[in-house]
Amino acid sequence: MTSTLTTEQAKALSALPDASGHFGPYGGRFVSETLTHALDGLTADYQRLKNEPAFQAEIDKDLQDFVGRPSPLYHAERWSAGIGGAQIWFKREDLNHTGAHKVNNTIGQALLAKYSGKPRVIAETGAGQHGVATATVCARLGLECVVYMGAKDVKRQALNVYRMKLLGATVVPVESGTKTLKDALNEAMRDWVANVDNTFYILGTAAGPHPYPMLVRDFQSIIGRETRAQSLEKIGRLPDAVIACVGGGSNAIGMFYPFIEDRDVRMIGVEAGGRGVMTGEHAAPLSAGQPGVLHGNRTYIMEDENGQIADTHSVSAGLDYPGVGPEHAWLKDSGRAEYVAEDDEPALDAFREVTQREGIMPALETAHALSYAKRLAKTMRPDQHLVVNMSGRGDKDILTMAEIDGISF
Amino acid sequence: MSRISGCLSTLRASGKKALIPYVMGGDPNPLVTVELLHAMVAAGANVIELGMPFSDPFADGPTIQLAGERALKAATNIQSILGIVADFRKTDDATPIVLMGYLNPVERMGYPVFCEAAHAAGVDGLLLVDMPPEERHLVAEHCDRLGMDTVFLAAPTTVDARLESIASSTQGYLYYVSLKGITGSGALNVDEVADRVAHIRSLTDVPVIVGFGIKTGEQARAIGQCADGVIIGSRLVATMEALADKPDEIPSAIGAIIAEIRHAMDTPA
Repeated sequence: MTSTLTTEQAKALSALPDASGHFGPYGGRFVSETLTHALDGLTADYQRLKNEPAFQAEIDKDLQDFVGRPSPLYHAERWSAGIGGAQIWFKREDLNHTGAHKVNNTIGQALLAKYSGKPRVIAETGAGQHGVATATVCARLGLECVVYMGAKDVKRQALNVYRMKLLGATVVPVESGTKTLKDALNEAMRDWVANVDNTFYILGTAAGPHPYPMLVRDFQSIIGRETRAQSLEKIGRLPDAVIACVGGGSNAIGMFYPFIEDRDVRMIGVEAGGRGVMTGEHAAPLSAGQPGVLHGNRTYIMEDENGQIADTHSVSAGLDYPGVGPEHAWLKDSGRAEYVAEDDEPALDAFREVTQREGIMPALETAHALSYAKRLAKTMRPDQHLVVNMSGRGDKDILTMAEIDGISF
Repeated sequence: MSRISGCLSTLRASGKKALIPYVMGGDPNPLVTVELLHAMVAAGANVIELGMPFSDPFADGPTIQLAGERALKAATNIQSILGIVADFRKTDDATPIVLMGYLNPVERMGYPVFCEAAHAAGVDGLLLVDMPPEERHLVAEHCDRLGMDTVFLAAPTTVDARLESIASSTQGYLYYVSLKGITGSGALNVDEVADRVAHIRSLTDVPVIVGFGIKTGEQARAIGQCADGVIIGSRLVATMEALADKPDEIPSAIGAIIAEIRHAMDTPA
């Protein structure tokens, strides 16, 4: 299935957001006046710096020497052959320093902090991957780093909490609300409002108020740009589809954005179906939610009948978020991208299968995208090609897997 | 003239300052709130800001977030808040009520439905924390038709050009946030606030009411020297938290605080 958009429509999509941060009816800036000045300042700093050669050169150098880019495009030959359909390729973000795509964004935003003279950095984190990536970059740049993390996640992800502490960061457990990622984000916003003079807020996903969805997308787009060039080189053409998991949606938008105008390339985002979208215990706002306003932007959200934000469930902490980046909301409504949900069980199966067939242990988040890729590949021919964004490695999930297997250390 | 503007201009003409308490509707349960509102008016409150609970109040501190959680636990929703207002209006047709909350529950109910119901219940104004003036269009048509005011915030960091546009968008009063931070934050610098408020008043005639960080009668009196009035929120909400398992005592305890602050504001320094 090829996108039905015209060339002009696709071009218009990739020109977004507009000046006020809207992607069609989504995005924008739904914040208290207390945050407006900080967001205006951030927007202005970014507009000024993004075309400054010294800034761009420093990002490029760090991505190469510190992160280890470009990440390879890997042909999962044995897994593809076993499935017996399309060829599946992995974009190896799992090989990045700190083990996931998150660092692409923290490098960019931490350099923004440095260039705009802010000595203190704050961040929110769910599973801890964005927190670790932020603490890592702050250690390297000599910036003070405070990470907000839901108290429930602090318990579940003790290893990452310790990693952040080793890197010199302060981890603040958040006791309010559901004590998870969304509450950590609320708390980071509160800190920022009070300390905006000396503090830079490194938001980890392509959501939040303008300019964050644009900022995070721009810094993550290196994934799709490299994938595009590597596909031309290794496959000899663009892939038939690119597939990525979607929580807040930063790895997916990084993969999708450079392909928006390539209308023959399907873009498929895979949300967390949890115990099944029909059970209500999931984290799939694009598949089963509706538009609303959360964390400063209009997007698809999960809510109850009174508009209160709903609890989410996923076996993967990184997808366990009741909202999604506003650009995904618009890519869905405009028909340019497709969004599906994969449940906990098939994702766990995909985790085991890829680990044993390819010797690559994916993050549980990524396993959702792999599970859908397998489903789709079966319906395709061997001369067709799918690229899955291998957004992170699974080392962090070993204890979760062991628990599922009934093993304790 | 709206009930809010009428109330504030009468106060201004008589040289008095507005005392505006904020409480969370339905905290700790919807049954308490009506009696509480009457007690606050009896003790000297001029306008009431009534909070609508939201699960993710990112502009508020822990005190108000917990109040929202207590209210939600007691199954408070917009319908029950509007029920509280309608009950209050049975015996008080004079005191203006401003509903304060976040956008999403209102959006879920639907803007026209919400505005009609709020107006019918006797609500005078709407302050949606995460609806900046740029997004007023969401409710503009309905609020304008019904004569319901939309109140907007200004912050210490708001630049002049924006201040002017906020002053021209806000109705009833302009809510000046007195410090960088969230509700319930500490240190209030009265001199700094006085400078800012004087500056805002040089730009607009709309009444300027100051909120965030005002806890004592002395602070309220000092702020009253420069502004049209004060909002007291977190201190009341913290008192209600302490009495959450003795809800019968809440109206008199809150009434006593309001009376104390009213007295300080009306007593020359």
